[in-house]
Amino acid sequence: MTEITEVPSPFCGIGTDDLTIRMDGVSLKVVENGCAVNTPAFEQMITDTSPRVDGKEVSLDVAVAAAAALLKDTRLPVIGGCATDVNGMRGLLALADRCGAVVDNMNFTGARNNFLALQDSGWMNTTLAEVKNRCDLLLVAGTDLEAFAPRFFERYLWNKESMFLDDTSSREVIYLGKAPSGDASTSPTGRKALVLECATEDLPEVIAVLRALVKGQPVLAASVCGIAAADLLAIAGKLKAAKYGVVTWAAGALAYSQAELTVQTLSEMIKDINNQNTRCSGLPLGGKEGDQTANQVCGWTTGYPARTRFSRGYPEYDPYLNDTNLLLTNGEADAMVWVQAFNVKSVPPVTALPTIVVGRSGMTFAKEPDVFIPVGAPGIDHAGHAYRMDNVVAIRLKKLRDSGLPSTAQVLNAIEQAL
Amino acid sequence: MLIKLTGGTVYDPASGIDGQQQDIYIKDGRIVTKPAEAFQVDKEYDLKGKVVMSGAIDMHTHIGGGKGNIARTLLPEDHRQDPVMRSDITRSGCGHAMPSTFVTGYRYAEMGYTSGFEPALLPVNARQAHMEMADIPILDKGGYVMLGSDDYLLRLMTAKKDQKAINDYVAWTIQSAKAIGVKVVNPGGINAFKFNQRKLDLDEQNAHYGVTPRDILQVLATAVKEIGVSHPLHVHGCNLGVPGNMQTTLDTIQGIGGLPMHLTHIQFHSYGTEGDFKFSSGAARIAEAINKNKNITIDVGQILFGQTVTASGDSMRQHANHKHASPNKWVTMDIECDAGCGVVPFKYKDKNFVNALQWAIGLETFLLVDDPWRIFLTTDHPNGAPFTSYPHLIRLLMDRSFRNEVLSTIHPEAQKMTTLASIEREYTLQEIAIMTRAGAAKLIGLKDRGGLSAGNWADITVYTSNTDRQKMFEKPDYVFKDGQLVVVDGKVVSTKWGTTHTVKPNFDPSVEKGLKDYFDRYLTMKLGNFKISDDEITEDGRGSITVHPLRH
Ligand SMILES: [Zn+2]
Repeated sequence: MTEITEVPSPFCGIGTDDLTIRMDGVSLKVVENGCAVNTPAFEQMITDTSPRVDGKEVSLDVAVAAAAALLKDTRLPVIGGCATDVNGMRGLLALADRCGAVVDNMNFTGARNNFLALQDSGWMNTTLAEVKNRCDLLLVAGTDLEAFAPRFFERYLWNKESMFLDDTSSREVIYLGKAPSGDASTSPTGRKALVLECATEDLPEVIAVLRALVKGQPVLAASVCGIAAADLLAIAGKLKAAKYGVVTWAAGALAYSQAELTVQTLSEMIKDINNQNTRCSGLPLGGKEGDQTANQVCGWTTGYPARTRFSRGYPEYDPYLNDTNLLLTNGEADAMVWVQAFNVKSVPPVTALPTIVVGRSGMTFAKEPDVFIPVGAPGIDHAGHAYRMDNVVAIRLKKLRDSGLPSTAQVLNAIEQAL
Repeated sequence: MLIKLTGGTVYDPASGIDGQQQDIYIKDGRIVTKPAEAFQVDKEYDLKGKVVMSGAIDMHTHIGGGKGNIARTLLPEDHRQDPVMRSDITRSGCGHAMPSTFVTGYRYAEMGYTSGFEPALLPVNARQAHMEMADIPILDKGGYVMLGSDDYLLRLMTAKKDQKAINDYVAWTIQSAKAIGVKVVNPGGINAFKFNQRKLDLDEQNAHYGVTPRDILQVLATAVKEIGVSHPLHVHGCNLGVPGNMQTTLDTIQGIGGLPMHLTHIQFHSYGTEGDFKFSSGAARIAEAINKNKNITIDVGQILFGQTVTASGDSMRQHANHKHASPNKWVTMDIECDAGCGVVPFKYKDKNFVNALQWAIGLETFLLVDDPWRIFLTTDHPNGAPFTSYPHLIRLLMDRSFRNEVLSTIHPEAQKMTTLASIEREYTLQEIAIMTRAGAAKLIGLKDRGGLSAGNWADITVYTSNTDRQKMFEKPDYVFKDGQLVVVDGKVVSTKWGTTHTVKPNFDPSVEKGLKDYFDRYLTMKLGNFKISDDEITEDGRGSITVHPLRH
């Protein structure tokens, strides 16, 4: 039995790297600093260690050859999931380039809300250490932050010390839209967050009014979607009075059509505040199951985020048309590769197409894929790199145990070689 | 395997060879002397009449790190203009303003470049920079780690810690980020922006720390010198792009008191306030100061007309410049109590007075600085123009009639405000070789690179001389990287992976005590998880680390 400290997690997106993990053979137990997201992800048992072809156990070489054979004469294979570490994404993109595939990260439809806003008008953002040391006002838009990242408040808002605030418990937290599911946002001195609730699909209207108020535009309505205009005016005043306000949202939580316009309104509002003699920054949440990693590596390899196709011999980005589900529904795809090294519950969409799964050991299927190759989890079974939600920090993932499972990169590189 | 390059006309300033006919022998990746005993040449290239130089080195090019990837993500419409197909030996990608990593490597190599140095490695983002650079084929690479707006340094300074404490911290940071030099960007200004300061002059105090840019330059330039790093402190000064910043630059040169200092993209820091538009060229006065102060080196950061994107650590100035964004979208970030960045797309127009004069100011600087060993050819890729415009820039420097032809097409008021038409100087091939090879290797402190004498790595570029220097430099006949033929007739014919150049200055290990405490209290990761280990660069079997000697 050994104990490993300062273990970084690729699962929660906020870059916790203070976990203590006890290891007994290949079974892991999080004994310190676990949370509802990280603990089960680290403690997931290894089940399969051998690949399967048509449901029968085979050697890795045979499985790789079978996968290559399935991909050999395809016209438009889709590589979905894209949930792995940096080296896994490198292998995935090399394979996609070779076989003219579509690369589509499974969280892209949510992340698209951010990408479309970024690519249309840009933004002013910040990162977690700045939040930890400077943020005096946090506005949470449309997101249950503690359900998203259970340790966010403990690590980045209620930290004992900060460089530029005398008392971190005096920070103010405001929820707009969704109410928090627990008490994590209550300060250590008992001060509760201000919550202005509205339906998620009403956020475009509420946030548009908030931006107008920030800009000093007159608003005649007394209330907006159930929120008093006076309350919104008060929030606008607090944002402008704060020294370092931070506005956060999870793009995936804005689950209504054209939510990119909400992200854009928030981002433009932040710019407006910065033009009124104070500072304010955005903090988009994400970073789960390799989504930032997929977009970063795809970004430097192709120029585009991870919804990009190689079918014409060069990368083409389309945030709508390259959607896995659309390509399957429309009958455009002719094979499916699912890459998911983090989450055993995240299985490929059911399809009649030839399907190859490169998935974390422990995955179970309603419909057995043609080829299943179990792989290790980055940060547990092999070393690697993963991006945190704020996109700047790539954390160095450790190898904790010797499971004998191959990495995503090893498997995808082998398939590419076999082609 | 012994390769012989026969009868080329060699320009090798590192050995003082200026256009002499010489044979070159290559064995095991390095240049060797002609074997003494009977020998067999395995492969011979007849280079009679060809121009031979070592592989070019770009000493300041933004090829790795977060802001570059933000720039890529921001501009899908730019990539769509320049899709790059895969081939049997090369990967697909995109080109133009901020190319994909693979295309960056191919296109540099296809112009005869064999190394590139990322000048803005944020300590907390260095891992990303190295990962991106690991996906740039053929080229050697390296980076200068960015300090000067990080709260740890400013805290040391406010607490009046001695120079040794600062030296230890700087050396530790170089090692943990795997860098080969140190850069400072808008000294203290990125930090001041987080406290809502919107400008910071050389002697203006940071509102929280009370330190000035002058103080920061002084302690960092001293540290770099005292810990023995060859590359002088690499400085992106205060007031980038501000009319009148010529005076700031002159004061910066004076203020450093003779310490070695490299002023980067000096074109953006050479503006006066004369004329109807209150914007004029300060190039003559800046060049005069450079000529006089031998401790100073510069690169130009030439702008060239067309669409590009500016990606800088200078969040303060980039925020101020966002009004010029074209297309109108831009990003700034505050980063991890460490640094910041700003990404603003730009379209430089020859019919725009300011842009036209910026173009002329860059060229005046090139032509008025006497010593080619102290000036380097850059566009600050992609900020002044994409690196693919270097052959055009070389023609502007080597061909006065071409230069004047272009000059006659720019904004007429800008033509009146520049002395360019009267400058007769034309760069020689040897001077180009100094700026882009021998001088760059010397400035960065690269051992066994940038020269063609025996012992050097065989990074070699072969051109066919052409009076149209743009045509000559955009399509080398051959490029060898570590002795491997990678380019023929301006096209990649094989690929390999270059090394990562670093230095390892010593520090007192007790420096980690203060750092660990700081990381635990204020930052978001453990100190042990922050430091980049060698295996992160070498574990995939492609990367390698080369450690260069210190200057003692
Ligand atoms: Zn630069």
